[in-house]
Amino acid sequence: MTNLTLVFPEIFLSLSIMFLLILGVFKKNSSKLIQNISLIILLITSVITLNETLGIQEILLFNSSVIIDYLSSFMKIVTLLAAFLVLVISSNYLKILKIFKIEYPILILSSVLGMMIMISSNDLIVFYMGLELQSLALYVLATFNRDQLKSSEAGLKYFVLSALSSGLLLYGCSLIYGFTGSTNFNIIANQLNSNEYAITFGIVFILVGLAFKISAVPFHMWAPDVYEGSPTSVTLFFTMVPKIAALTVFIRFLYVPFLNLIDQWQMILIFLSIASMLFGAIAAIGQTNLKRLIAYSSIGHVGYTLAGLATGSNDGIQSSVIYITIYILMNLGLFSCLLMMKRNNKYFEDIEDLSGLSKNHPLISLSLLVILFSLAGIPPLAGFFAKFYIFKSVLEQSMYFLAIVGLLSTVVAAFYYLRIIKIMYFDKEKEKYDTDHGLWLKFSLMFSTLLILIYFIFPSQLIEVVSRINII
Amino acid sequence: MNFPILSSLILLPTIGAFFLFFTRSNQKNNITVKYVALFTSLVNFFLAIYLWILFDQSTSEFQFVEDRVWIKDLINYKVGIDGISILFIVLTTFITPLCIISVNKSIKNRLSEFLIAILIMESFMIGVFCSLDLVVFYLFFEAGLIPMFLIIGIWGGSRRVYSAFKFFLFTLLGSVLMLIAIISIYWISGTTDVVQLYELGIDAKYQNLLWLAFFSSFAVKTPMWPVHTWLPDAHVEAPTAGSVLLAAILLKMAGYGFIRFSLGLFPIASEIFTPLIYTLSVIAIIFTSLIALMQEDMKKLIAYSSVAHMGFVTLGIFTIQQQGLEGSILQMISHGLVAAALFLCVGVVYDRMHSRLINTYGGIVSIVPKYSVLFMLFTLAALGLPGTSGFVGEFLILMGAFKDNFLVAVIASLGVIIGAAYMLWLYKRVVFGKLVNSDLKQMVDLNKSELFILSCLAVPTLFFGFYPEPLINTIEVSISNLIKVYNFNIIGN
Repeated sequence: MTNLTLVFPEIFLSLSIMFLLILGVFKKNSSKLIQNISLIILLITSVITLNETLGIQEILLFNSSVIIDYLSSFMKIVTLLAAFLVLVISSNYLKILKIFKIEYPILILSSVLGMMIMISSNDLIVFYMGLELQSLALYVLATFNRDQLKSSEAGLKYFVLSALSSGLLLYGCSLIYGFTGSTNFNIIANQLNSNEYAITFGIVFILVGLAFKISAVPFHMWAPDVYEGSPTSVTLFFTMVPKIAALTVFIRFLYVPFLNLIDQWQMILIFLSIASMLFGAIAAIGQTNLKRLIAYSSIGHVGYTLAGLATGSNDGIQSSVIYITIYILMNLGLFSCLLMMKRNNKYFEDIEDLSGLSKNHPLISLSLLVILFSLAGIPPLAGFFAKFYIFKSVLEQSMYFLAIVGLLSTVVAAFYYLRIIKIMYFDKEKEKYDTDHGLWLKFSLMFSTLLILIYFIFPSQLIEVVSRINII
Repeated sequence: MNFPILSSLILLPTIGAFFLFFTRSNQKNNITVKYVALFTSLVNFFLAIYLWILFDQSTSEFQFVEDRVWIKDLINYKVGIDGISILFIVLTTFITPLCIISVNKSIKNRLSEFLIAILIMESFMIGVFCSLDLVVFYLFFEAGLIPMFLIIGIWGGSRRVYSAFKFFLFTLLGSVLMLIAIISIYWISGTTDVVQLYELGIDAKYQNLLWLAFFSSFAVKTPMWPVHTWLPDAHVEAPTAGSVLLAAILLKMAGYGFIRFSLGLFPIASEIFTPLIYTLSVIAIIFTSLIALMQEDMKKLIAYSSVAHMGFVTLGIFTIQQQGLEGSILQMISHGLVAAALFLCVGVVYDRMHSRLINTYGGIVSIVPKYSVLFMLFTLAALGLPGTSGFVGEFLILMGAFKDNFLVAVIASLGVIIGAAYMLWLYKRVVFGKLVNSDLKQMVDLNKSELFILSCLAVPTLFFGFYPEPLINTIEVSISNLIKVYNFNIIGN
């Protein structure tokens, strides 16, 4: 029975989803109720995860196809909390767009379930199952504002390209299965024979699939369109939550079965990382839509996260985990500001709409200022430390080229963050925005801004938590 | 000493800024806001003076050291001062209150935000001068970009956006390479603690690249030719108080960095790259002095003269002679006072006539006599007339340079002549001559607060010109120790 307590969070979540579906069918106008129940479910699930699994070194379950270790527990909790915050701050937005339906929280819950399965997977099949579960929910979420052409377009684009990448990924899995005789990560590790080129092919195919999921260059094409077209609250979800799960799978996939083939995949990761950092920095310069800009900026940030993974060291993995955690925090604040930009029930998402924000809404613009400088990686804000840890582990492996390109692209990236600040602070003001923001929206903006601002006082805490992650 | 005096110096302005944050500035409480800021910065100034009195001049050890674990097993928050850094701290705390007093009608809106930016800036600048850990240093060094960017961008002149961006991106580009070097040092030597690094030394084979990485950052910040182009733009567009901070203190961070880190950590590389510094410094001195001659905008002229003066500073630092280094520090302090005063002088006439062009003025000597006297004093100090602080620094630098390299010293001395030319010509065109522009007749002479600020700057300028002993006594031991260690390292290799 011990087996089942360890996966109790997943079981609880899936039972709750079924319960909510039934509730939604039988009770009319229950969107608010279901929203609230989903929030409670997310909280309970994270508490269960915290209680049951945190502190476990490493346990393999179900014929070692599921792994519970510190990495999985930490990432699950981050996922759940991030999903909670997304859900809680998006309700107002959905109401105003008149898409506040029961499906929204349920879809988010099911994609979170898929992510939790991905995070815990120690087997190609389990991993693929989780991936598809989360992707299916995400396709629907992207088209959630179905009366809008852009939203439907986003969903369709995402579906087609994602299906393609899933195909590549499956092909890679089948190659690996064919040449090692197993889908289990540990068994693959034992059966590895580095002379088999087919295995390298398999790795490449799977990496392509994964790179697509976290939108690393050159598999990023879907991201700007999908981010722009989806409803803002869904974009927020896209930029934060799926990245955590994809990163975990990335770590697990590269470092458990294929650590010995590091010579084969390290170059690929370095390329993905450099390309993402540079492209994310340069392509964002010309954008006028904030959501598109955030898409490119998130591509850039994925590049930094991958730089940590490319090192092939425990330090690198830890720095990537720290990076993604801080990145999520910054993104939360950024989108909270975006969700506050509404006037007469209409949301604005162009950069120009921020013009003169500092005069009309000094506090919002001050928070946004802090968040943007942090995204640009200027000390003493949290974003600087995230980059600092990444480059510390990169330079430990003497990968100077990667470090130099990475830091130079932060300078390029600084330009477009500064441009937003310029528009907020140096330009003429426009009409005021509404100020009737929900309590949670204000809370999430304050929460993220304050944490970013005072992170430098307690930098050790996060490191201490993350330093227990031990993959290699 | 258990009382963390250096941390208090760093924190106090931020606490003051925190209080200001909760006062909405409007017409009514502008005065209150200003007094709160002024009070904070004055307390800080007296604290710094108290620090100077407590400071033990007879040792080159770091004093008032505070060492706390900051990021476990990685970085310690370590601050401390020696003879080299204390003067810069005193200068910073001296200039900031003057800046705050000088803020008047020129900052029309968002006064409290402006003062918050200045106070936070002060915190960061003090942090730069007393940090004894490379990462902590980098943190303060870079963090200063944020308030300065806002000061230029929000309260600046017409081309403020361009200037703010140029300032930010130039400096950031220089600094990221320094970050790579700092992290590399951590992996090479296992620590970023400056004191430990002084003892351990850094392997000679890494020094050249590391030196260049640090150089890229300091050269932009100094600024040295050919990466000085951000400075005139930033100065011209920044509001007066911003220009003063920029000229008086921000530029000194790089000079300080050269002494503390380039000479201290990489002596072998410094020896190799001295010709490079000499060349760039001499070009800066001659070239930017010539450019300054041709300027029509007063602020731009002074900005270019700053580049030339900083050329002297870098020249003096890399002579690695007692006189040269002492001269450089004195020159930096003196330039801090004089350039600040000159920018304030420009601010005074700009507030009245709303023009910085030299040909707007002319013949104002009889209209604003007090102004003309003080302006003359600072003009003469800028060109290094004996009896002003500018002379002592320049003289010592040239003396050090003559000892080390005759040719360089000769060319640099030519720069002094050109320097005299553009400063005197500026003064002549603005103050003397025929009164052509009849609007000038309405000009009012210095009001009380302006007179007070300029006199505050004039007193030390003259005092240290005649009697530089207190400054030299403070820095002497630290400098001679630095040179001793430096030469020991050179001979050792």
